[in-house]
Amino acid sequence: MQRLGTLYRGREGMWTWVLHRVSGVAILFYLFAHVADQALLVVSPEAYNRVIATYRNPFVGLLEIGLAVLIIFHALNGLRIILFDFWSKGVARQRQMLYVQTVLFLLLAVPPTIAIGSKVIEDLRR
Amino acid sequence: MSVDLPPTQLPRPAAAGRRQPRMGKGNFELYAWVFMRVSGVLLVLLVLSHFAIMHVLDGGLSRVNFAFVSGRWANPFWRVYDFAMLTLAMLHGGNGLRVIIDDYARTAYRRLVYQSLSAVVVGLTWVLGTLTIFTFTPEG
Repeated sequence: MQRLGTLYRGREGMWTWVLHRVSGVAILFYLFAHVADQALLVVSPEAYNRVIATYRNPFVGLLEIGLAVLIIFHALNGLRIILFDFWSKGVARQRQMLYVQTVLFLLLAVPPTIAIGSKVIEDLRR
Repeated sequence: MSVDLPPTQLPRPAAAGRRQPRMGKGNFELYAWVFMRVSGVLLVLLVLSHFAIMHVLDGGLSRVNFAFVSGRWANPFWRVYDFAMLTLAMLHGGNGLRVIIDDYARTAYRRLVYQSLSAVVVGLTWVLGTLTIFTFTPEG
């Protein structure tokens, strides 16, 4: 007997669907803030430079890595969704595609994690 | 042998007409579906390149300041690039949020309120970003 935890017991497909929504909303809300801070470019060079300078700290660095991870997940998962829809074998191979997606996700997450993470560690040591 | 039975009357689901979005809006949902896929592919290229240039390569954010942006936007290519990315991202994100609100809003009134509010925020963000990209001058 399997325990009936929830009504719909989805597997990977359900959780990637949830993550796609969560990451999409998070990225959109980030963009509202991002466009607002870039608007300081037309206020004055000093205002822009002052705000950008406040981003150079370990906490914002960790958020930056989080943003990179969300974008990479959403991008790759979106491409897999497109393959379901337009590749004749897309649905049949969705689980294999998820394994490929996971490997690509880990590979693509390495450069931003190292580049931003090394600055985070450097700032923490200072 | 066949017996004529009256068709069973199924009860009308309580949720019918309450939680579903309105149907019969022409082909809008089809076009929205196609747009999400086309803009999605373009955004993968535009956003991943943007993130790599601004956040990862050559020191990332630590070299970004007013002078750095002046240098980039001296070339119209990057203004058009950023404008395309802004426009596609707001339409893609705005439509994604619209679909999510369709799924979770409990009444038509709340759906209208949430979708109107998000449309206003997305629209204002697009206007602000567009003004920033095209009214920017290196002198400030």
